[in-house]
Amino acid sequence: MGLTIAEKILAEKSGTEAKAGKLVVADIDVIMAHDSLGPMALEALTEMGEVSLPRPKKICFMTDHLVPTPARNYAQMQKQMNEFAHRWGIRLYGAGEGICHQLLVEKEVRPGQVVIGTDSHTCMAGALNALATGVGSTDAAAAMATGQLWFKVPETIKIILLGHLPRGVFAKDIILFIIGKLTEDGANYQAVEFTGETISSLSMASRFTMCNMGIEMGAKAAIMEVDEITRQWLRQRGDQEEIQSVKADADANYSQILEISVNKLEPQIAKPHQVDNVVPLKEVAGTPIHEVVIGTCTNGRLEDLELAASILEGKHIARGMKLIVIPASRQVLLEAMAKGILAKLIEAGGMVLPPGCGPCVGVHGGIPADGENVLSTANRNFKGRMGNPQANIFLGSPAAAAAAALEGKIVDPRKYLA
Amino acid sequence: MELKGRAHKFGDHINTDYIMSSRHRTQTLDYRELAKHLLADIRPGFYESVQPGDFIVAGKNFGCGSSREYAPKIIKAGGIAAVLAKTFARIFYRNAINLGLPLIECDTDQINEGDLIRVNLSQGKIFNETTGNTIPINPLPEFMVTILNEGGLVNFIRKYGKFTR
Repeated sequence: MGLTIAEKILAEKSGTEAKAGKLVVADIDVIMAHDSLGPMALEALTEMGEVSLPRPKKICFMTDHLVPTPARNYAQMQKQMNEFAHRWGIRLYGAGEGICHQLLVEKEVRPGQVVIGTDSHTCMAGALNALATGVGSTDAAAAMATGQLWFKVPETIKIILLGHLPRGVFAKDIILFIIGKLTEDGANYQAVEFTGETISSLSMASRFTMCNMGIEMGAKAAIMEVDEITRQWLRQRGDQEEIQSVKADADANYSQILEISVNKLEPQIAKPHQVDNVVPLKEVAGTPIHEVVIGTCTNGRLEDLELAASILEGKHIARGMKLIVIPASRQVLLEAMAKGILAKLIEAGGMVLPPGCGPCVGVHGGIPADGENVLSTANRNFKGRMGNPQANIFLGSPAAAAAAALEGKIVDPRKYLA
Repeated sequence: MELKGRAHKFGDHINTDYIMSSRHRTQTLDYRELAKHLLADIRPGFYESVQPGDFIVAGKNFGCGSSREYAPKIIKAGGIAAVLAKTFARIFYRNAINLGLPLIECDTDQINEGDLIRVNLSQGKIFNETTGNTIPINPLPEFMVTILNEGGLVNFIRKYGKFTR
């Protein structure tokens, strides 16, 4: 019997057979901790006693959840992370450099690696053919102290995507549609492999959007194979090493195989307050929207901002609308500036936040008022997620978000796309 | 080990934002203080209704969402002795065990709001004293029992220094 990608990566990194269901101890290639949950890992490290960090080069700290700091507590936490990083020679990405998941794929992760991060959306890096998964602070601390972590080798769901996306329909619509089908815990304890001709035609940015949301169906990891587009991404960021893909065997054992054709897919929306509460956009067309968020780790890359700008260019957002734009990294921000994309978004009435999590962590940067509806390109719409349990969050593509910003209600974005 | 307390019943997909919204951390980072907001967005006044040793009893996929470990930490700080659910989301599951908070997978349909229950981990059984039902517990993987018995992963690493292959 053949092996899945997750089984192959965990076998390689644990030096043992790694069939689904087995407990293995794997070497960790990248350990990421961020300003919100990293400090608790440092507390755990202290409590673990006289630990030394065997491989500080494998650790990176990211400053993204609370930038610029909205409260003294968070400033203290960031200071603590910075000082620790300095003491141990850990790579520190400072405030404004980018959202942790974007920085992982821009700077850190390579195919075949095991990557952990103190954030559930760490699965995004699976688009680079890594086994990347979110963990808590104590697990991160244990990995920092030992270089290893235990895993139950997951079963895998294979999702084969066939056909080509129609005009005005995007990777975000595909992943929302899949989450709606599989439901919020449909992939709990399992890995997901995305494959098929649709994936081959998607940019890395779009692939990141899809893998980012793997956790919204409970997935431990969301993984894609390497192709020319992946190689190009890695080469562009200066990767000179040989690039090998970890591929699933043709006779690998899957818990489920799904085939989905995207040829007739329509724009999708996740309604409040669960991410799997997904409907075709037309079913909620006309719903008033008071705030729009375009960006975040889910949809804050250049193609997302460019798409939104193409809809908003030369127009103005609806009266009273709050449009918040969050580039995923400094690199994206600079490119969007250079290409005139930011100017279009700002002229249309948008506010640009520094690269970071913004209102998606519910603490700052655009907390909605009671009774307000938000259309966001982020990944979660739980009640209270954006800091006010009396507000409602809808999730959709950057195109759907931009169109809603213009009209003050949910509308089919396709009429704005030539 | 036997635990005894009252059941506080919740539904499916109780996510980490519901367990506690991160907005409260602007005010304090003290877990006992934060515990006052435990599940308050979906059940205002919940913290005040908990007696030390009580149980949270939920449906499927408890703890889904973020990897924030302060979720199980404030459940513990709020006086909850264990969480019982049909299933748990995986990151929460690891986090809770790592902190030494017992998680019990069982058929929670047999437990109602306010039932007095006894949880016997070594026998793998729950006794519902209100209804008279006995409910089997799905056993934890052996390695997780080891971590739980050490009182959490911090103690485990302090004692053994590493994981054993």
